[in-house]
Amino acid sequence: MKKETIGDSLSRVDGRLKVTGGAKYSGEYDLPGLTYGVLVPATIASGTITAIDSKAALRAPGVVAVITPFNAIKVPGYQPEASTRVKGLKLFNDNQVYFNGQPIALVVADTFERATNAVSLVKATYQAQPFETNFNKNIDKGVSPQNNKDYLRGEAYAYKNAPIKIEQEYTLPSEMHNPMELHVTTAFWTGDDNVTLYTKSQGVISSQRAIANAFQLDPKNVQINSRFVGGAFGSSLRTWPHEVAAVQAAKMLNRPVKLTLTREQMFTLVGYRPHTVQKVGIGATADGKIVGISHESHSQTAVYEEFTERSVNVSRFLYSSPNVNTVYKVVPLNVGVPAPMRGPGEATGSFALESALDELSYALNMDPIELRLKNYADVDEEKNLPWSSKYLKECYQKGADSIGWSNRKAKPGTNNDGEWLVGYGIGCGAFGAYRSRSLAKIKLMPNGTVNIQSATSDIGPGTGTSMVLIAADILKIPAEKIVFELGDSSFPVAPTQGGSATVSSVGSAVHDACVALRQKLNSLAGKPENNTDDIDYAKVLTQNNLPFLEITQESNANEEAKKYSMYSFSAHFAKVHVHPLTGVVKVKNVVAVVDAGKIVSYKTARSQMIGGAVGGIGMAMTEEAVFDDRFGRYVNGNFADYHVPVNADIPQIEAIFINKPDPIINPIGTKGIGEISLIGVAAAVANAVYNATGKRIRELPITPDKLI
Amino acid sequence: MSGKKPCIPAESEDLLHGNRRDFLKKTSFLTAMALTPGTVVKAAEEQWDEKIAGVFEKVSLHIDVNGVKHTLSVEPRVTLLDLLREQLKLTGTKKGCDRGQCGACTVHVNGVRVNSCLSLAVTNEGKKITTIEGLANGNELHPMQEAFIEHDGFQCGYCTSGQIMSAVACINEGHAGSEAEIREYMSGNICRCGAYPNIVNAIQAVKQGGQS
Repeated sequence: MKKETIGDSLSRVDGRLKVTGGAKYSGEYDLPGLTYGVLVPATIASGTITAIDSKAALRAPGVVAVITPFNAIKVPGYQPEASTRVKGLKLFNDNQVYFNGQPIALVVADTFERATNAVSLVKATYQAQPFETNFNKNIDKGVSPQNNKDYLRGEAYAYKNAPIKIEQEYTLPSEMHNPMELHVTTAFWTGDDNVTLYTKSQGVISSQRAIANAFQLDPKNVQINSRFVGGAFGSSLRTWPHEVAAVQAAKMLNRPVKLTLTREQMFTLVGYRPHTVQKVGIGATADGKIVGISHESHSQTAVYEEFTERSVNVSRFLYSSPNVNTVYKVVPLNVGVPAPMRGPGEATGSFALESALDELSYALNMDPIELRLKNYADVDEEKNLPWSSKYLKECYQKGADSIGWSNRKAKPGTNNDGEWLVGYGIGCGAFGAYRSRSLAKIKLMPNGTVNIQSATSDIGPGTGTSMVLIAADILKIPAEKIVFELGDSSFPVAPTQGGSATVSSVGSAVHDACVALRQKLNSLAGKPENNTDDIDYAKVLTQNNLPFLEITQESNANEEAKKYSMYSFSAHFAKVHVHPLTGVVKVKNVVAVVDAGKIVSYKTARSQMIGGAVGGIGMAMTEEAVFDDRFGRYVNGNFADYHVPVNADIPQIEAIFINKPDPIINPIGTKGIGEISLIGVAAAVANAVYNATGKRIRELPITPDKLI
Repeated sequence: MSGKKPCIPAESEDLLHGNRRDFLKKTSFLTAMALTPGTVVKAAEEQWDEKIAGVFEKVSLHIDVNGVKHTLSVEPRVTLLDLLREQLKLTGTKKGCDRGQCGACTVHVNGVRVNSCLSLAVTNEGKKITTIEGLANGNELHPMQEAFIEHDGFQCGYCTSGQIMSAVACINEGHAGSEAEIREYMSGNICRCGAYPNIVNAIQAVKQGGQS
């Protein structure tokens, strides 16, 4: 019988459920007396609600309630006297409106259609106030966030005195996570202080704590289920106000409430990658040695909550430079609050830095890869620490070979394929490799099967598949005998699925639990603790008269890790065709090379790399949430007008792994790929477009109008 | 809604704003009040009009879903998608946009792929619907389902039902002749996880295997 090991190409363990429609997502649990909640959006961008007329809605058939700031029960965690007050927007707590589309009421009815219809019958009157949504008009009002200090190494703005210098501004519009599954929460109370949620969550433990905090409950009385999550990309990292509202409504009505956002509401209520304008200055000697990098970033945030990300940080360490300074500011506007979106900050920052570096390469008349090699950072100059592992040079080499970099013409606009211009580009990135405390419980059954539980989540990367491979490898049993369960807050504590750290954190707990189980079985079988020979698990249980064997193991980051700087690195290569008359760009090929340590689950990791590249192509080519500043409202809040890449936009994509274990971060040696798969892609595409056309597009997305 | 202001402009206004029920109610109650004031006014106060409308505005529907015949009574505004998910509890068909823009809700209606969110349930009288739950033959998966697993044609799995239903139809329609043709004819199904190359590979494998 085949025994899988770490690194194998195992098909997704939940694949059968997903291809048969058997995988149940949070909005798919049938509960007795279930009601449907639909939110009523504000139609002003700033001001106060003076009245809400719910009479017509309440008279419509099937309507159970219209919950407004004027009749809602108080959420204890929203009140100023709460010991840890919920941050951010507090729905139905007062009559303030901070942005257009902010929910002002919740209609609950016995069917979805009746609730949706009744939403149209709710009439609100407002006292409107002036509002600001125009980013460029308000950029001077940018403020330095409290938790994000400006950075200086050496001399500030040293690039200005360099013989060769680039000073440019790069703009990224707001981009929406837009997971395919609509955000949905089903909540019901089973007593005065017991509540259960089925909710779209990247972290069932963090959701548990957030709901417990909002309603001042003991966390153990809050049960969160999120077994399948239909994508998230960061939009389910936090517990959103509408999730609290579903719990609030269920409490008021003493019935289960299922609250589903519309696709349009997904543009305002669950975060986005914020509109960001960045200025990058790079100076170099005539032979290409960087002498100074300056990176300034202005990002939009909400007037009611400050959101920050690390868009400038990548400039501090990705290349060797004696002088670096970064400035980061946020611009509060009457908009919904942003949220981390796949490769948060780093993807934004890397677009600017890697574009500027490409511009420098042309100014120097130097190959972009050669320029990167010339300024390779052998240590982390920001933290002044050695890397735990870094194989970025290998990434350059493998990517260049695979994309056919030698076919690139140094002079833009000189490479033709029929009527198309051909261009090649490179874009690199880095994302911190993290590991945090996690637990896993392992249970060996008398029939030799193994069940593992951990309160992690899976938004799509294949968490269960990775965990099963780790367990199969250590326990030396076939993968088919192992079941991994997640998405349940009653399971042993695990961190939120974010920051590409699930395999590093939860995988380490599974690893350690399996090692502990092996040791226990070895001792029960009378063998040395570190025996690696096969043992008949079922027989050991029988001989020792044990109905089963269960171990819960905690795993933490090691002390040694503090002595190192730990990152995953990526080099993305793109080949594009540009039609000179129409400005149409076709991405012909993408090669994504990543140094992410040991790859645990080859098949799902490869898919994750491909998916990140697709996200990056969207960032580069199509995605832009367009605001109408007259009303403070998106004009393209749907999939017809906000263009995520479709099948016809995407070529075959090659994923290449360096696949060398990191010796420090965790026992498996894996560093994480979720974010790094996207970071650098947009710059690779933009740089390829420049190589093809000689036109430098510094404002994404690269739509045809910008090329003709 | 008092029904005590029989002025035509107000009703026209309601009609203009598309509030049919309010309009019907006003006109019918005005007529009713003229005939039998006492009881009907009381009925209005107790909202019997809406309760009755809630029952009588349903339409009968005979529909075959995955070989099971259903006789149902549904509101005309219920989409095929919501009928499947909320009333028949067939949640394998997914809602991603409710606007016919993402393809997550793709099912087969009489063998043709359809965005079920754009199809009112009552327009499917007498039709045969196949959803993802009806694709496998018992425990034996459809070749397209097998191919999606083998080629990892998904990650989160939420668009997968629609992708597979579309993929089966894509081959049946004769639109899987080349990689480029598959990409074009599968572009109505969005996958935000970005599994497109794997989806194309899965469809090509099934096409080359001669099965669909």
